[in-house]
Amino acid sequence: MSEPGDVEDLLRELAPQVLGALTRRYRQFDACEDAVQEALLAASRQWADDGVPENPRAWLTTVASRRLIDEVRSESARLRREQTAAALAGLHPEAPSPEQASSVDDSLTLLFLCCHPAVTPASQVALTLRAVGGLTTAQIAAAFLVPESTMGPRISRAKQQIRSAGARFELPAKPERSERLAVVLHVLYLIFNEGYTATSGDDLLRPDLAAEAIRLTRMLHRLLPDDSEVAGLLALMLLTDARRPARTGPGGELVPLAEQDRSRWLASEIGEGTALITAAVNHPPLGPYQLQAAIAALHDNAPDPASTDWPQIAALYAVLAHIAPNPVVTLNRAVAVAMADSPQAGLDLLAGLDDGPLAAQHRLPAVRAHLLELAGDLDGAREHYRLAARRTASNPERRYLLARADRL
Amino acid sequence: MKFLLVLHNNPAVLNALGPEEQQKLMQGHAGFIEATQKSGELIVTQALGDPSQSAVVRVRNGMPVVTDGPYLEAKEFLGGYYLIDVADRDRALELAAQIPDASIDGLGVEVRPIMFEAGAEM
Repeated sequence: MSEPGDVEDLLRELAPQVLGALTRRYRQFDACEDAVQEALLAASRQWADDGVPENPRAWLTTVASRRLIDEVRSESARLRREQTAAALAGLHPEAPSPEQASSVDDSLTLLFLCCHPAVTPASQVALTLRAVGGLTTAQIAAAFLVPESTMGPRISRAKQQIRSAGARFELPAKPERSERLAVVLHVLYLIFNEGYTATSGDDLLRPDLAAEAIRLTRMLHRLLPDDSEVAGLLALMLLTDARRPARTGPGGELVPLAEQDRSRWLASEIGEGTALITAAVNHPPLGPYQLQAAIAALHDNAPDPASTDWPQIAALYAVLAHIAPNPVVTLNRAVAVAMADSPQAGLDLLAGLDDGPLAAQHRLPAVRAHLLELAGDLDGAREHYRLAARRTASNPERRYLLARADRL
Repeated sequence: MKFLLVLHNNPAVLNALGPEEQQKLMQGHAGFIEATQKSGELIVTQALGDPSQSAVVRVRNGMPVVTDGPYLEAKEFLGGYYLIDVADRDRALELAAQIPDASIDGLGVEVRPIMFEAGAEM
């Protein structure tokens, strides 16, 4: 007998290895992915009852291969049979697959494949969680609060698009690899943010996407230990996730950074994240994830809000705004400048955002309200808190913003 | 991001359509449903009965009072909706424009973000 959690962890760790081995052998990524998914479901049922087989990876590879052949042989696949006959030649489904020496490379290749630029970010996220993360369609659907009947086609469509784009199961060529890696990091960051910003609940059926993103980024860091942006992203996730226990109050309400109970922050994550980012910044080039992680480290290592090193944070945001300019960076930079310099200096930076993509969203008025409050313009602050409350799509956030307005 | 694409019907406008246009409208919806199901963006769609079939419940002094008929006398009423899950607001607007109602004079499709949800385990 095995603990269900242990089986689950093992399956999810093996998922990309088995899928990698299968795809390298039979090429058809989409059919292989379906077959592995079925093998994982079979394993989670069988292993929980009968125990984990001696060679779990070979077991999964054998079962998945068999499913793949069944699929190819089935009526629906008859048309494709001729094309795939060559790929299947020499296959012995009963024989355990030889251990692959390059499962490490396979996981990386899979990540690149799932984060193919031909696919929309939402589908990259879903496919990555299934093919690399080993989550079931039902779990992914639950994580995003959509029915399985919505998530299933989304994943199938993503695989079709990857096939139509002519993608092959191999690492991207060197010249485009860093561009493609940026997409992979973005997808992992999206997964993390989805988990981190979602309302926390005790729903055990809803997988913890923040933890899943950290697990996958850890894997990527193991595969590419010398890439300082990968290390930066892992550090950023750890340093952000470390604040999670203090980020919401007992009623699910949001607690802003300055008011969080810092004794509830997770010291081990802060320690690991700080060590990672300290090592990473010594390896140029400096990228946006490293800079954001460095900023998060300064916050996390300040014993109380008053001792936050705002001038240093403002300086890091200035560099970030230079190498990766975007309105959200300006927004955050405005807060840091307001704290380091003066509220008015922060408000001046915000003025540049009024014509941009953030103009209709809630975050701009929320930050402006905060800076107006610091500057002593309470009427203006109240008005902008209320404006932000009307625009937000999150209930806890709305309650928080209205409470701020009422408090003034 | 989830959005509700709200279909405000106006019987005067719909009744003025010829049979061919009505047919086209129906087919347009069928095509839209198929396309958004395949893309994994459609969560659910429902068409509502005629407002004459509505009842309005008000509880006064602890007693429910039921009145027949629509909540408001209005030219337009809620005819149905699509609940979708899409990458961003731009995509929601793009999909709304593909709903046949959006191309009919006197009608439009309202696009509203979803803020909170609860219900059956999905």
